[in-house]
Amino acid sequence: MAITQARPEAAADAAHGISPRRHPIAVWLTTTDHKKIGIMYLVNSYFWFGVAGLLAVFVRAELAQPGTQFFGEERYNQLFTMHGTTMIFLFVIPILAGFGNYIVPLQIGALDMAFPRVNALSFWMLPLAGIVLYSSYLLGGPADAGWTEYAPLSEGVGAQGNSIGIDLWIIALLLVGTASILGAVNFITTIFNMRAPGMTMFRMPLFTWTILVTSLLVLLATPVFTSALVMLLIDRNLGGSFFNPANGGIAVLWQNVFWFYSHPAVYVMVLPGMGIISDVLPVFSRKPLFGYKAFVFATAGIGALGFSVWAHHMFVTGQVLLPFFSIMTFLIAVPTGVKFFNWIATMVKGEITFSTAMLFAVGFLTMFLIGGIDGVFLASPPVDFALTETYWVVAHIHYVLFGGSVFAVYAGFYYWFPKFSGRKLKEGLGKLHFWLQFIGFNMTFFSMHILGLLGMPRRIQDYAPLKDWVGLNQFQTAGALLIALSTAPFLANVVMTLRRKDRDPEDPWEANTLEWYTTSPPPAHNFDSLPEIHSERPLFDLRHADELTVDPDATTTGAR
Amino acid sequence: MAVADTAALDEHPAEEHHKPGGISTSLLGMVLFIASEVMFFGGLFGAYFTIRSAATSWPPEGAGSAHLETWYAAILTTVLVTSSVTMQLGVWAIRRNDQRKLVMWLAISMLLGVAFLCGQAYEYSKLIGEGMTLSSGVFGSTFFTLTGFHGAHVAGGAAFILIVLLRARSGQFTARYHDTVEMASYYWHFVDVVWLGLFSTIYLLR
Repeated sequence: MAITQARPEAAADAAHGISPRRHPIAVWLTTTDHKKIGIMYLVNSYFWFGVAGLLAVFVRAELAQPGTQFFGEERYNQLFTMHGTTMIFLFVIPILAGFGNYIVPLQIGALDMAFPRVNALSFWMLPLAGIVLYSSYLLGGPADAGWTEYAPLSEGVGAQGNSIGIDLWIIALLLVGTASILGAVNFITTIFNMRAPGMTMFRMPLFTWTILVTSLLVLLATPVFTSALVMLLIDRNLGGSFFNPANGGIAVLWQNVFWFYSHPAVYVMVLPGMGIISDVLPVFSRKPLFGYKAFVFATAGIGALGFSVWAHHMFVTGQVLLPFFSIMTFLIAVPTGVKFFNWIATMVKGEITFSTAMLFAVGFLTMFLIGGIDGVFLASPPVDFALTETYWVVAHIHYVLFGGSVFAVYAGFYYWFPKFSGRKLKEGLGKLHFWLQFIGFNMTFFSMHILGLLGMPRRIQDYAPLKDWVGLNQFQTAGALLIALSTAPFLANVVMTLRRKDRDPEDPWEANTLEWYTTSPPPAHNFDSLPEIHSERPLFDLRHADELTVDPDATTTGAR
Repeated sequence: MAVADTAALDEHPAEEHHKPGGISTSLLGMVLFIASEVMFFGGLFGAYFTIRSAATSWPPEGAGSAHLETWYAAILTTVLVTSSVTMQLGVWAIRRNDQRKLVMWLAISMLLGVAFLCGQAYEYSKLIGEGMTLSSGVFGSTFFTLTGFHGAHVAGGAAFILIVLLRARSGQFTARYHDTVEMASYYWHFVDVVWLGLFSTIYLLR
């Protein structure tokens, strides 16, 4: 497309011009460029995705047969604790922040983030947190009380809780939390104060909107988790008694402060995914997103309601007001439903191209829908009483965080990879990746619904050799291996594409949003010039500028 | 639809991109950071009230719950509130471009902050002498955690003021460019308000 900026040959050398003799590694280690930091976020998070995925394969290997094969009880507890912790805190949350880092300033026409050095600080805390968390394997065993670390189990009562692993777990999560909070301050300030001329709030791309709402959630929820971690650290190491009933503390208090963060964190992990989908679907349906404002308000609604549902994780404690938290949880399905109508109506009568990014986006729609619906089941206390701590819950969390977040992350990878590198990933390998992952994912996790209804408890390394249980578990292990296998075509695709010499067009998808206006990859200063922005689809407007006439009566230029 | 979308031109395009929020980037960042700090203390306060509401008596009877002197804490409160006032006087001084007064008020604010910390240290040593520590029971845990984190924030704020003070002495701030002074004052007022919350919940609401 001719509308994209010409490649600024002179400007391309500007980055080197500043200090021509610096080693590339030194450039990356000291960079404050949001694009380089974004790439480092993506690479670092994907590394931990691989580590946590390996732990999941170990879990499935142990569960392939009843009895103890590879891992004893304590090892198994460590495995699923580290798997959950790593996936949530070192993969899903940071990788979405990584997309935000790279894409948000480009989408709003900014030069960089508002606080570039704080941005670098946020990033560098993450690999440090990973190292702290995993150093526990060398220092006497990692945390083993589940990723939720419920007190009093995490208080050091009994042999298992005494490991240094839980202390390192606390330190690692304090680091991740601080990184998240600083990142949120950065995103909100950037989005409020650094938008390009004409980029009003209601012309922002939807990914930017979801990052804004996500950042508000992080800003207000994560510090509460920090306070919980600090109290647990004091209890464990300085003789405090916040969660210790023997000295007047309250064990359930931990669950309250933990979920006050960790429930909004579910939306932190899924809202940016919804934003990615909302940028991908219109491009490959050749239509604007149906109901832009409805989508924005639904996003804000999910964010607000997200603060009033945390105790639905605690129905069985007998310490929470069941009707209130149940009704609020049901309510949150409403704005989510609004979004589903947005997405489906966007595709209706569109000229749909099933590129790999689009496949993952549609995969997100179907898989997240299942995850959402079985969450609604759990919102009903009588059902929750029956299904809590069974594999139904494991199925639910994975349909939301894998079927939701991971599918969206891959949609984002395939969609924005040409922006990062100037080259599209291969479609054939991409589709192979999608189908392997889609089939493996459903084999593993759909059958967990059935296993949960059959009553198999989660977080136990051994199980009764019932015929139904064994068969389903073996089926799941096969599915898990298929998921692991599916990353091979993806990684091969990335390597082969990066080694290709030729380049794809600057805007290979004929996309609508501002990040595609500049070159791919963009220069250090992002834009040489900016187009006039009169709608939420500035590039669409440019492509069709000759077909437009000025209508002086039009008062709003935002989306319908 | 696309026609209407793109057609209407902005009436005031120039105003639209001049700092949309009307607040400078660094001040907005500070306000957001303070919002997160409020939620951090919110978590600690929440824990305090939850534990207190479940206790049969407060402070719990027996060893490890020393008597708190309200009058002494009231003096500390006065010191900290005064420092907030002097900090604001400093901000008003630099808004009038009075660099000398700014340095003076910053120095006074910082010294008052340090005085508060010394007073708190004395109170801590007295309470510890009476047998109340972090590990002496739930009252000690909550008291030292809440006031301790507040004290750490006072220390951080005093360090912040010291840096601003050194920069002010070399004349880096003017009536037009003094965002950092405003940032320090926002933070200092926040620390002050947290203390008012602590003073009323721990000392006054017996």
